Amino acid sequence: MSITMPPAGPEATPDAEPTRKKTRVGQAKENLTSPWATAAAIVMAMLWTIPTVALFMTALIPGDRYRVDAWWTVAADGDLTFSNFGYVLFNSFGDNSTAPPLLGNVINSIVVTVPSVVFPLVFGLMAAYAIAWIPFRGSNLLFVMIFALQVVPLQLALIPLLKILGPNNLDVAGQFPGVWIAHTIFAMPLAVFLLHNFVSQIPSDILEAARVDGASHTQTFFRIIIPLSLPAVASLAIFQFLWVWNDLLVSAVFGGKGTYPLTYPISNLAGQYGQWAYLVPPAAFISMIIPLIVFFSLQRYFVRGLLAGSTKG
Amino acid sequence: MMSTEVPLSLTRGLPMAGLDGEFWSTQGSNVLLAAVAIVVFLVVVVLVMYGADLVRGVVRDKVQLVVLISPVLFLLAVGLIYPALSTIWLSFNDVVDTPDAVTGIYTTVTQFVGLDNYQFALTDPTMLRSIINTMVWMVLVPALSTGIGLAYAVFIDRAKGEKLLKSLVFMPMAISFVGASVIWGSIMYDFNQVGSQTGMLNALLVQFGSDPVNFLTGAPWNTFFLVIILVWIQTGFAMVILSAAIKGVPIDMNEAASLDGANAWQRFWSITVPSIRPTIVVVLTTITIASLKVYDIVRTLTQGRDSTDIVANKMYVLSFVEGREPLGASLAVILFVFVIPIVIYNVRSLNKVKETR
Repeated sequence: MSITMPPAGPEATPDAEPTRKKTRVGQAKENLTSPWATAAAIVMAMLWTIPTVALFMTALIPGDRYRVDAWWTVAADGDLTFSNFGYVLFNSFGDNSTAPPLLGNVINSIVVTVPSVVFPLVFGLMAAYAIAWIPFRGSNLLFVMIFALQVVPLQLALIPLLKILGPNNLDVAGQFPGVWIAHTIFAMPLAVFLLHNFVSQIPSDILEAARVDGASHTQTFFRIIIPLSLPAVASLAIFQFLWVWNDLLVSAVFGGKGTYPLTYPISNLAGQYGQWAYLVPPAAFISMIIPLIVFFSLQRYFVRGLLAGSTKG
Repeated sequence: MMSTEVPLSLTRGLPMAGLDGEFWSTQGSNVLLAAVAIVVFLVVVVLVMYGADLVRGVVRDKVQLVVLISPVLFLLAVGLIYPALSTIWLSFNDVVDTPDAVTGIYTTVTQFVGLDNYQFALTDPTMLRSIINTMVWMVLVPALSTGIGLAYAVFIDRAKGEKLLKSLVFMPMAISFVGASVIWGSIMYDFNQVGSQTGMLNALLVQFGSDPVNFLTGAPWNTFFLVIILVWIQTGFAMVILSAAIKGVPIDMNEAASLDGANAWQRFWSITVPSIRPTIVVVLTTITIASLKVYDIVRTLTQGRDSTDIVANKMYVLSFVEGREPLGASLAVILFVFVIPIVIYNVRSLNKVKETR
């Protein structure tokens, strides 16, 4: 029941275009329908883009005009300013006698995210190789279980896991290691599933040849599996990066004052419509810069990961 | 400092208030901690793996298998399966403060209460409201995102600038739910009691002569406006997956149909949709699961006020703010019950795929 996938993913289609031959009738039909379809598509693309652009413009409104004048009015007056970004990052996010600046949360986001991407990738690739290529009893059952765990809401694990990581046990809740462990655990099912899909596609000749040459599982893993699965690892890394960077729930539950990433203070201040509300749009924009750069520069890997992940079903 | 004033005039020349030496030493040690954690982790993994390679004889393969698989087994067992079972158990209990018979000192005792928490969840108006709203989310978000995403994928198929058009609609996938909530809450949906409307939608309404709307307070439509935010994010996902599937539909089928006189609309329903039906199901289920779990949007914009609460947010508030963990656990189990049909369906179709291999 997997979906039929074009060999090189959707981004390769422009090159595939000339090979598609068009009959005259098909051409005529296409000419008839295309302009309307394209017009509708352009309208939709604008509807989807305008909110983000408007956020950027709103982030440039000076505090005394926020929610007094709309961004287009302020822009017409030439009053837009970049100073909000500097204020939010380096002075204070909120009342400057009590609220710390966001730079700390930017660094927290990075400190939370990078290990939370590396750990599940390594463990996931190890397990994916074992499940795909080493026959052992219960490997099928294990794979089905991991597959099913993918859709179990993480809410189901929060309370007991917080106790395991909490002061009476491991005592890492509220600190970075606690957040890393929680993210690693929650990433495991998708990581194993996605990487297994990829690793199991490696031609068996290669692995058998290595086996015949006397390579152990460890040697096979380092010399064959890791180099060959780099594209899948890249896809999953982007996926996990965006997920962790944008996460609020796991950080709110397992993190603490010293670990909160960008999403946490932004969500809090956005809920209070007070005099500091004008700082929320610039802060939200700052939180989007890195994911958007990652997204636009590595979009093809991200799409590949999505496609591989959704061939289930 | 003059904290009551709008700090615009103060921004220049202010010292970097929070960024003192302590700030930098804390942040520096955090970054160092992350770097050390990664290096130590990788070194340990490599050492253990090569350590297992030093084993000689018939057990070598077995030892290496254990090394490869046990981290994941351990994390799943301790981090997901045990907690899930424990949550289910907790949902049938209640935590009560009872005085000790001899000393009279109050201690917290866990008591088995059967289905009491569920009874409360299904009768208390605020709890029930969150359950109903969650059902609204899990119906509307997949239906709208998949419908719009499919239409868009068909519109842009083989169009000029397809890549760019795709990127633009796909972009919200990179934005956090919190960021998206800020975008919609303070830019699109903003409502001013007095003065000019600064929210784009209300400005538009006023432009056309109607009264501005307070999008996020009027039930039941406020839930719909929150749903729109998740639809805005998920449409790109649906579109990318469906677009790939559409490109897998053999072009000859479309050509034959159009030679037979089928117009674009007929071809869409009789060729495209049936060919990509499995993918549509995958997209629908994936988005359904996503829309069950998302709590960031409600938490950021309404905190559940005005009848907008959903199970995921209510569960968080009950468990981690109000300390009523058994009730929170029962809501988590209710969320899980919602996905059980999807789990069963997925496992079944996975087994089918395996049989055909």
